[in-house]
Amino acid sequence: MSDKGMNLTLKIWRQKDSKSKGKMETYKLSDISEHMSFLEMLDVLNEQLINEGQEPVAFDHDCREGICGMCSLYINGEAHGPDRGITTCQLHMRMFNDGDTIVIEPWRAAAFPVTKDLIVDRSAMDRIQQAGGFISVNTSGNTQDANAIPINKSDADKSFDAAACIGCGACVATCKNASAMLFVSAKISQFALLPQGQVEAKERVDNMVKQMDLEGFGNCTNTGACEAECPKGISLENIARMNREFIKSAVLKDK
Amino acid sequence: MALSGFFLLFFLLMHLSINLLSVFSEDAFNTVSHFMGYNPLIQFLMQPILIAGIIFHLVMGMVLEMKNRKARGVSYAKNNAAANSTWMSRNMIITGIMILLFLVAHMIDFWAHEIDYKYIAANAEDPTRYWEELHHKMGDPLHVGIYVVAFVFLSLHLMHGFQSAFQSVGFNHNKYTPAIKKLGTLYAILVPLGFIFVALFHFLTQSH
Ligand code: HEM
Ligand code: SF4
Ligand code: FES
Repeated sequence: MSDKGMNLTLKIWRQKDSKSKGKMETYKLSDISEHMSFLEMLDVLNEQLINEGQEPVAFDHDCREGICGMCSLYINGEAHGPDRGITTCQLHMRMFNDGDTIVIEPWRAAAFPVTKDLIVDRSAMDRIQQAGGFISVNTSGNTQDANAIPINKSDADKSFDAAACIGCGACVATCKNASAMLFVSAKISQFALLPQGQVEAKERVDNMVKQMDLEGFGNCTNTGACEAECPKGISLENIARMNREFIKSAVLKDK
Repeated sequence: MALSGFFLLFFLLMHLSINLLSVFSEDAFNTVSHFMGYNPLIQFLMQPILIAGIIFHLVMGMVLEMKNRKARGVSYAKNNAAANSTWMSRNMIITGIMILLFLVAHMIDFWAHEIDYKYIAANAEDPTRYWEELHHKMGDPLHVGIYVVAFVFLSLHLMHGFQSAFQSVGFNHNKYTPAIKKLGTLYAILVPLGFIFVALFHFLTQSH
């Protein structure tokens, strides 16, 4: 393994705040180790910018181990870059070569306005969650133990897989329609598969889909791009389940 | 979208079976065509339903496309869409509009002629004319050329559309979905190929 660092050209979206126009800027970086993560590479760039008296590039990040969903970035035309099943903090520089030009853009969706540089406002997803992505539990002190209700293994597994969604928004960013249906369907499925989720099932799907449309996300046309780019491997099966839940609710509604 | 899609998929199968008759038997094709042309149930119930289905499908398709474009807002400077989705799935509006252009030509070609023959010129019923008319039309290389190209676009539309319609109505199953995808590809190849075959058959068996 060579220790020689890579020389890179970065093209990065710079935008002062949500109201300004923004444009792509070009930066040169040298001697980047292939063992670095993508975010560490951006840290190096920011130190360089600070030393030169320039404004560092603003980007979202928190856990840096693929669990929080904060890091975003559209890298060389793909959400979270060219690797599969990972977030940007888990993307390694060994995926790139010496001399590469790397284009870095924020998530693009009408429902995700850019607040600064590479940071977008993803609170639309929070509002969808608040519209129904929960179960109401009575906390009176005599709450039933969840394990007292038998649940078949396959449903439990599928529910758990859906619950792995970290709300990163890569599905929206990558979808040609900026549709949030993979995210919303994961949040609906994790409850739809469990007995505890049945009580509010109808209201949940109605309210979450309504909020999703209100926020200005597009509609799914089944391209499958979201599933391919999702860091948690959330399956399209969830979208079909959400469609079923939605149809069921529309048919059974009493008004 | 999906319901009208399913309906059109079913209609297309029926249309193809009638076309295929013209390869095997002039008489059978004439009989069925005449029946389709003069049966009141077909003319005044099924035909309006079909037209409504097509119009619903294409209007909804265009509304969907416009909404979805608006939902992106600013487009990416660099987008590697081929890395995660097929060309067919991303260009349904393009293949759809090509089909629409063909349908307009097709309606002028066959349907307008029928309306003229039956209602404007008010000719008497002639249950033996259909095969000759079809055979004659398909003698023109331009006709056949447009026909073949249109069905290539239909094939691309259905490569994505067939399986997509199942997902849209909520049908996705570990065991059956792979089979549906295979069936969709088969349908998207064989049905348009069937139409192309009929057109080429008439083109290549012209007597002059
Ligand atoms: C008249 C011209 C047509 C136009 C403008 C059109 C347009 C569209 C559009 C925009 C979509 C949805 C987008 C997507 O899922 O990516 C679509 C879906 C579809 N189309 Fe068409 N189309 C046309 C004709 C046809 C015909 C003749 C057929 C079939 C025989 C057909 C079958 C389908 C199917 C099965 C779907 C998938 C439905 C779904 O996923 O819910 N289309 N079409
Ligand atoms: S479904 Fe996947 S891509 Fe979409 S928000 Fe959840 S984890 Fe991210
Ligand atoms: S920073 Fe938490 S997932 Fe990347």
